[in-house]
Amino acid sequence: MIEGVHMEPLLLFPDPAPPELAQCLDLAGYPWKAVGDELAAERAEPDGGWDGAIICAYDDPERAFAVARVLRKRDQPLEPLLLLISGTQLGDLELRDDLFDDFCLNPFHPRELEARLKHLFFATGHGTRPELVEYGDLVLNLETYQAAIEGVPLDLTYMEYELLTFLASHPGKVFTRETLLSRVWGYEYYGGARTVDVHIRRLRAKLGEEHAGLISTVRSVGYRFGQSRWSG
Amino acid sequence: MERQQDYVLRTVEERGVRLIRLWFTDVLGQLKSVAITPAELENGFEEGMWFDGSAIDGFSRVQESDVLARPDPNTFELLPWAEDDENSARMFCDIENLDGTPFEGDPRQVLKRNLDRARERGFSFFCAPEMEFFYFGHGDPERPLVPLDSGSYFDLTTADVASDLRKRTIHMLEGMGIPIEYSFHEDSPSQHEIDLRYTDALTMADNVMTFRLVVREIALERGAYATFMPKPLQGVQGSGMHTHLSLFEGDTNAFHDPDDEYRLSKVGRSFIAGLLVHAREITAVTNQLVNSYKRLIPGSEAPVHVSWARNNRSALVRVPLAKSGKESSTRIEYRSPDPACNPYLAFSVMLAAGLKGLEDGYELGPEAAANVFELTDEERAAEGITGLPQSLAEALDEMERSELVAEALGEHIFEWFLRNKRSEWADYKAQVTPFELARYLPSW
Repeated sequence: MIEGVHMEPLLLFPDPAPPELAQCLDLAGYPWKAVGDELAAERAEPDGGWDGAIICAYDDPERAFAVARVLRKRDQPLEPLLLLISGTQLGDLELRDDLFDDFCLNPFHPRELEARLKHLFFATGHGTRPELVEYGDLVLNLETYQAAIEGVPLDLTYMEYELLTFLASHPGKVFTRETLLSRVWGYEYYGGARTVDVHIRRLRAKLGEEHAGLISTVRSVGYRFGQSRWSG
Repeated sequence: MERQQDYVLRTVEERGVRLIRLWFTDVLGQLKSVAITPAELENGFEEGMWFDGSAIDGFSRVQESDVLARPDPNTFELLPWAEDDENSARMFCDIENLDGTPFEGDPRQVLKRNLDRARERGFSFFCAPEMEFFYFGHGDPERPLVPLDSGSYFDLTTADVASDLRKRTIHMLEGMGIPIEYSFHEDSPSQHEIDLRYTDALTMADNVMTFRLVVREIALERGAYATFMPKPLQGVQGSGMHTHLSLFEGDTNAFHDPDDEYRLSKVGRSFIAGLLVHAREITAVTNQLVNSYKRLIPGSEAPVHVSWARNNRSALVRVPLAKSGKESSTRIEYRSPDPACNPYLAFSVMLAAGLKGLEDGYELGPEAAANVFELTDEERAAEGITGLPQSLAEALDEMERSELVAEALGEHIFEWFLRNKRSEWADYKAQVTPFELARYLPSW
């Protein structure tokens, strides 16, 4: 249902993806899929091919470099490929220039990683992330952080905006409070998981009566934006 | 720069915001505001806005008075009222010393420190206050007060001015992300109640500050006057701020136990016990005006005695019945606070008292059986029921002896508050009132 520019997911190693990386990509609007090894990378590959890869090499360098090697030695080498390494691993990069297009030191700064990805995609001519998320009357501009419904701007706080963007980027999918808290807030917040309920209620109030139904409560599970995937 | 700050800067640009109001609260709970232009905003985020705090209540210190206001980008909100047809926005600020440490006189930092203590124990603290207030025709203390209506509890006073004011207020609050649970006409003429939906205590304290401003602004806009003074009219109910409290551990309501007769967990019981044991000490903070104690009298809905009960509205702590299957709604209601309190400090001391009960494993005594008002003094003594302080002076005496309150507020605010309030009491005590003249002049 997302209109605007489409993009295939990025490959992430390892599986599960480190939460701060997942959160950064979610907030920046990049779709992604985590894989644990080369085989999984092949099996999970979307029809249009991966649009890029981020390989975390700081926990298990050996396997990480092995995965990177396989991805780069295919007939169609996977690019762009960004390595996340720790500061002590800079030496490991030597003689491995063919394995990556750029690298970033871990712990990474989300804004730096975002800037590097943006530049990599520009340089390699690969998929650009969508700049608009649209769903029915709702339009979110990811560049300017603005949301509007039927052309009327919504006055949102930062967290309301992030929550709405996350939900609208995954229409039809049901998220638990814990998932939303870890993906959207990502840090220990005064409110804990109940905060999600509070923000959903505020968002509904701001969407107005007519559009409050865009976010539905899924009893004893969590929340869903838009129509269920199964109801057509 | 942080993403939240970028969000604020971009929104200011995209929405043509001309003025950003930086809000903070003094020790007495008055909202203060410094306005800056968009050009100053980026610097404000990075370095904070420098100002001289010496003129602000509770901010002045002996040696130096310069402090920094650091805007909290998470509280950025466009103001729904245009000022001279220009968009403006607000952000709440944390006040810091010039070296970046939290400023001891900032109530918002005090609440944050107390919430951090709860979080270290795995708890997040939620509040939902019921805000009561009066509308009058004017706010001139020299003239008799004129209620806008003579309606009563739950009255559906169609087309009256006050209902219209309340409707507009609610609409504006919802637009500012402050959801309302209920609103209705209260007991007394022209008295209204708006109940805020629960949220975490820091956001709620910010919301109470916004709420008081919005209610008053909208009244003024229509030529009326709204007041949160606890007891503006003699002989009718005063305005309270009954506050519903709960602790959550992640997604779990820590006060709930499905197997307990009252559906109250051990945590919930100890928390109530903490509130009861320390109730007298924290009353000066939850009821900070001379006038507050005119509300806390027998014969009204306001509590006078330190007791708890399920469905007895004379009790200080009430445990509303949680609907079965709605474990998240288990909560307790602390009924003494009034809406003229500083919400940051009031939530801080309520939390500190409850946590003390938890930490030291206080045992909760039995529920107050009958209407506490109808018991004799002897019967109350037998049940171990004490009374709340009957005046600001008595409340200050209790507070001064309290280590719990000193620790919760910090020495700076603790001492300043006592000093300021002692002088308020001294001013009051020096008055010769119409009551005294009427009562004593004829016979003495």
